[in-house]
Amino acid sequence: MTRYVIVGNSAGGVGAAEAIRQVDRHGSLTMVSEEPYPAYSRPLIARYLSGETPEGQMAYRPAGDYQALGIELVLGRALQGIDTAGQTVRLSDGRLLPWDRLLLAVGGTPIVPPTEGLAEHEHFTFTTLDDAKRLARHLSAGSHAVVVGGGLIGISVAEALVKLGAAVTIVELAPQVLGRALDSCAGEIARRAIERAGVQVLTGRTVARVIGRAPGAPAVSAVVLDDGAEIVCDTLVVAIGVRPRVEVVAGTGIAVGRGIVVDRHMATSAPGVYACGDVAEAYDFVLGGNRLTPIWPNAYLGGRIAGRNMAGEETVYEGGTAMNSLHSFGLSMMSAGTVDPPAGDGSYEVLSCQDAGRGIYKKVILQEGRVVGMIFCGAIERAGIIFGLMRARVAVDGFKERLLADDLGLLSLPADLRRELMQR
Amino acid sequence: MSRLRIVSDEAACIGCHLCEIHCLVEHSRSRQIVKAFRREVPRALARVHVEEDLPVTLAVQCHHCSEPMCVYACLTGAMRKDSETGIVTSDPERCMGCWTCIMVCPYGALARDEVRGVVGKCDLCQHLVTPACVAHCPNEALTLAEAEP
Repeated sequence: MTRYVIVGNSAGGVGAAEAIRQVDRHGSLTMVSEEPYPAYSRPLIARYLSGETPEGQMAYRPAGDYQALGIELVLGRALQGIDTAGQTVRLSDGRLLPWDRLLLAVGGTPIVPPTEGLAEHEHFTFTTLDDAKRLARHLSAGSHAVVVGGGLIGISVAEALVKLGAAVTIVELAPQVLGRALDSCAGEIARRAIERAGVQVLTGRTVARVIGRAPGAPAVSAVVLDDGAEIVCDTLVVAIGVRPRVEVVAGTGIAVGRGIVVDRHMATSAPGVYACGDVAEAYDFVLGGNRLTPIWPNAYLGGRIAGRNMAGEETVYEGGTAMNSLHSFGLSMMSAGTVDPPAGDGSYEVLSCQDAGRGIYKKVILQEGRVVGMIFCGAIERAGIIFGLMRARVAVDGFKERLLADDLGLLSLPADLRRELMQR
Repeated sequence: MSRLRIVSDEAACIGCHLCEIHCLVEHSRSRQIVKAFRREVPRALARVHVEEDLPVTLAVQCHHCSEPMCVYACLTGAMRKDSETGIVTSDPERCMGCWTCIMVCPYGALARDEVRGVVGKCDLCQHLVTPACVAHCPNEALTLAEAEP
């Protein structure tokens, strides 16, 4: 009987557990999480903060699933050590768990940059439900919040803060918001929507210094930017991104790049040990190599493949890529893959069109006749067809002029390709 | 797991859009065509759409895929594939309208219900023997079939 241990109880861990149980009903399966909650939807924490989604509606899976899948759930315990030779993990309560197959789905830690005065003063990150609860307790009527970071997390927390009536300033180091997900044109559309909601957006700026209300007290009264400007605030949220928690494998010899390196089976360099999600550096089908893509869907997809392989059913990870659907501030924007190829690189072909009046911007990036990236703003209903072509590496040269058309659909595809798709 | 799905034949489709109309009615509160279109606010949403590239037309709805990317990518767990029936459904109580499922559906088969802020999709009319679109297709372009699991 195989003993499975999964460290991490979010998208990646759940994906693996569900896949293991599709193959192996009998092995023992233990899931360990530092957090005190059954798996919940992290992307919902912004709606929890704004009061739109109560805590009781955040569960990622129905309450009975752990029992139905025969999972022993160990909550509120951290991973303290991995013994790859002896095949055990040690938890923070001293408990030693033996494993035959181990999955590291431990995620990332919010990045908090070294900034003068930051460590001594109260600030918030925004990746867990407890983060959201802490922030909710802190806020008061008429709060003024500074959000450091104009990426997806920063924008989602900014939207929740606006809904709560706070005045919000976003400070983003890059020249545009959502620089990792969007090109400058789409970034500008997003920026305008955010500003329309009353948010001040400062790009190309960073917080140089945090000023407290009183000497020795944690409360924040203002931040000073790198250009000397001072912004009065009582709430400081740091939402720059997450760093893979690679420290969990320190001393084990498990190969680490920017994250824990996994092969196309989601296996690490140590026998029996797998990794997925934000901590893993896994295959990206656009890049044709490994990279970090710390997003929820890829955590589940990678976890699923890890689970199948852990249970002995050899399955190759087709790979994930950067992909995001942005829905904050009334926006409908999707992006995936390489959205902003380097200027002057002739190997890329960029197709794009814009209809500002209808709020539409579409861009498809090709390389060697295949889709490697896309941005869809406004008209998003059929964007999945483009994503499907990208994922399946379909040669699109013969019909590329149809990819941006208003009537994009399955009928835009060559008949043989469409027939093959429709028969599935 | 059995896997039922609706098979759509472009050679037989005459582009009448009756599938869209009857899908909408079936998913309305009243399930009556006049009330569904003229009285109910917000109006129900059709979960099938007919593409036109004349003379070819094609009705598109969810394939209830054996490897459902929408289920795998769903950020909240609203999108599920039933382990018994294989039917993929989205729970409107848990959907947050992030449209990640739309981004990954290779058929473009999911619809935005912008009024309710949730995704709308084919549920194979589980309460009926024959899904409404299939029952009302005048040229048998839509049929209910057992697909490879």
